Amino acid sequence: MTRVIRVRVNDQAHERQVEVRRTLADFLREDLDLTGTHLGCEHGVCGACTVLLEGEPVRACLLLAVQADGARVTTVEGLAAGGRLHPLQEAFRAHHALQCGYCTPGILLTAAAFLAEHPRPAREQIREMLAGTLCRCTGYQFIVDAVAAAAQAMSP
Amino acid sequence: MGARYVGAAVARVEDPRYLRGEARYVDDIKLPGLLHAAFLRSPHAHARFRGVDTARAAAMPGVVRVFTFADLEPFLKPLPVFGAPPPGLAERIRFTIRPTVQYALGPGIARYAGEIVAMVVADSRARAEDAAEALEVEWEPLPAVVEMVAAARPESPRLYPDWPDNVAVGFTHAIGDADAAFGAADVVLEERFRIQRYVGMPIEPRGVVAAFDRRDGTLTTWNSTQVPHFVQQGLATALGLPPGRIRVVAPDVGGGFGTKAAGYPEDALIPIAALALGRPVKWSEDRREHMMAAAHARHQVHEIALAARRDGVILAVRDHIWLDLGAYSGWGIVLPYNTVAHLLGPYRIRNLQVEVAAVVTNKTPSAPYRGAGRPETVFAMDRAVDCLARRIGLDPAEIRRRNYLGADELPWDLGMPYRDGNPLVYDSGDFRSALEAALAAAGYAEFRGAQKRLRERGIYQGIGISGYVEGTGIGPFEGATVRLDLAGRVSVATGAASAGQGHETTFAQVAADALGVPLDWVTVVGGDTAAVAFGVGTFASRSAVNAGSSVHEAATAVRAKLVRAAARLLEAAPEDLTIEDGRVSVRGAPGSAVALAQVIQASLPTFARAGVAAPDFEATACHHVPTVTWASAVHVVRLQVDPETGVVTLLRYVVAHDCGKVINPRIVDGQVHGGVAQGIGGALYEELVYDEHGQLLTGSLMDYLVPTAMEVPPIETVHLEYPSPRNPLGVKGLGEGGAISPPAAIANAIEDALEPWGVRVTETPVSPARLLALIGSRRTA
Repeated sequence: MTRVIRVRVNDQAHERQVEVRRTLADFLREDLDLTGTHLGCEHGVCGACTVLLEGEPVRACLLLAVQADGARVTTVEGLAAGGRLHPLQEAFRAHHALQCGYCTPGILLTAAAFLAEHPRPAREQIREMLAGTLCRCTGYQFIVDAVAAAAQAMSP
Repeated sequence: MGARYVGAAVARVEDPRYLRGEARYVDDIKLPGLLHAAFLRSPHAHARFRGVDTARAAAMPGVVRVFTFADLEPFLKPLPVFGAPPPGLAERIRFTIRPTVQYALGPGIARYAGEIVAMVVADSRARAEDAAEALEVEWEPLPAVVEMVAAARPESPRLYPDWPDNVAVGFTHAIGDADAAFGAADVVLEERFRIQRYVGMPIEPRGVVAAFDRRDGTLTTWNSTQVPHFVQQGLATALGLPPGRIRVVAPDVGGGFGTKAAGYPEDALIPIAALALGRPVKWSEDRREHMMAAAHARHQVHEIALAARRDGVILAVRDHIWLDLGAYSGWGIVLPYNTVAHLLGPYRIRNLQVEVAAVVTNKTPSAPYRGAGRPETVFAMDRAVDCLARRIGLDPAEIRRRNYLGADELPWDLGMPYRDGNPLVYDSGDFRSALEAALAAAGYAEFRGAQKRLRERGIYQGIGISGYVEGTGIGPFEGATVRLDLAGRVSVATGAASAGQGHETTFAQVAADALGVPLDWVTVVGGDTAAVAFGVGTFASRSAVNAGSSVHEAATAVRAKLVRAAARLLEAAPEDLTIEDGRVSVRGAPGSAVALAQVIQASLPTFARAGVAAPDFEATACHHVPTVTWASAVHVVRLQVDPETGVVTLLRYVVAHDCGKVINPRIVDGQVHGGVAQGIGGALYEELVYDEHGQLLTGSLMDYLVPTAMEVPPIETVHLEYPSPRNPLGVKGLGEGGAISPPAAIANAIEDALEPWGVRVTETPVSPARLLALIGSRRTA
């Protein structure tokens, strides 16, 4: 069974026919070739597939593509505006906040939404925010540093 | 040659593509006409099966082919096995080794839940999975052998009926005279420790894509592996193709930790399907498959005894060790002997007696995981040392001061061979300095005062210590090829595939310094068998030592070729030339400088003239690494225990470590942090639990608890650099170390915190339920 959906991904409009059982993650990866969204567990725990749906972080593995019909989606590919790295991306590089990079897109998007609401977060708040995403390489410390530094860089 | 980059915290060159979502992992690879595979896996831990009825599945929409053992028999060779005892070890220790034969796809018997029974290939993954569910198998369940100590007894049901028991690798080993030492001891401490099954759990599951090109008869396979050259060799054997016709590419790999260093059935089955169908095929492991079918690790039991004098000096160790291998024994002596070789660690002990049984059970096969026997053996030893200290009334720091080897005692010969057959001699380091540095950084002495005051207020904090000495950088070599292009830009290829360790940066630092070029002139490719002919792979904390040395050697050879050509061009003596920042000049005459590009181009013939030198600016090295070099560390952790809930909160974590010369301190810190986080998982949270039927009860990340940012405390690192005398860069291995000591240090700290109750922590993970039970049993006692 298929249905036609219209979604706006990273400010680009798409109209596609999709199987109703297709997840949003598979839709982004397979149909739109946006492979920056990664699948780590496909049961909503690891957070690697996190994207922004109308600005809110969601697990793309737990949503169906048809549920995103009519919505605005941001993936990691949409984070660097005009080719320039987002301050979070800059901070992640400066603070060695990634190793294998597999969880990184989900963390970047979660952190971007978080900083929009908490422009001056305490380290403990950053850790709470990160607790929804699993990273197996870094031990999180440099990710906390990077998010704190990005908050600093982004604050007016 | 100046060390401009080696030792500097340069930012990673590979980061931008990861940050932009432009990295390419195996599951990101798409090819025209790509098909998708799914597997039917055994639901039983131990069962025979007769025939697989494929009729219904084969007729389902989108299904291209169903493969069973009967369809693939000519292709199926036993999976590769490792870990035969090398010369030097075999003559010293008499090993009983019973090899197991494992096929990629089982011929009529399944020995663990998750073993592959059939493969379906369809035009989408979803349709392949639909069809796999429609396969019908007639099962005849057999008794499941689950618990290893019971499994090792002769009366246990057996996995392999022609064996006398379930012991796949067994041996005894002794140094000195343990019996005499135990006879003369003032104190004998005996304890039994259990380390659970837990594992690397990379966030990217495994994946394989394969495509066969009829035009040139070449098979290309992309595999989320740490060991592309091993995969290539396995395929050469299975498919009967020469290695040069098989290209294995490990593209971006989302974490490995040893899990992706094993040889797997899927490595062969996907290429076989691609060959049979003449179309590219992909398999992307899902998390449930990963948890039941990717290698497990760690599970050991130690019955350990220490003989000591009243003053705490340890005279001898006896240890009876069991290791749970799961259903197949693919690694020979690797895990059991690693366990023995690292038992004595930093302690000055001359008498040792061990008995080891590595046992097969009806569970997922195990493989080396970050530490590979060391976290387990260090847990047994450092827990026993703390128990001994408590028994004789010594502080855990003091008993270590009395027993740690001093720097003046190195090199220290244990009087036994290492796993590679060479004498086990600690080459360098200073374990006591590491101990004092870690204690000072953690505020150990001050804490003892604070601890007392806190207890009076009902707050239970503890501090724990654990140290290790680790054989790192196991050889025999890693391949590296360094090649310059017309512009003098450098490509470095090595068999040491990266799974996030930052090889593209570290090896660029090594090559740039050796050649005298800017860092951004160097591009490093790891994990492509077409780029470097001979390779081994990334595991066992080996890449900095093996690949680093080979990159250095090959780059140095290319530099010599450049200097020879430049000497002709500049009409100068080679020994007067220097290369800096990509320019060659006569020393002391900066005006003479010419760009490397000019030297290279002058070496190529033109119509007007011959080249000034042979246009050969390439070199390959396989630097010989006969034996390991010894890294070491001391970990100290401070934590708080809530005796009402059993919850343990880590407060501070200090690592004082020696990995020899540090190439990039940021990357080193990151490796330590990540290792410690995994060790914390093993200490407190992670466990692969099986029921008595051999069914995995923790088959999702909701049941198997990977630490989050809330569980991992701030980690402080103290770098103690004692250069290795065993390689040209002075480096030691680093990747695994962080994961070795946390279980012992944390368990020691928990016991310390709960001293008023006198609990004894004998198994991990120390979950709230386990801890409450321990506290409860002491309360009622």
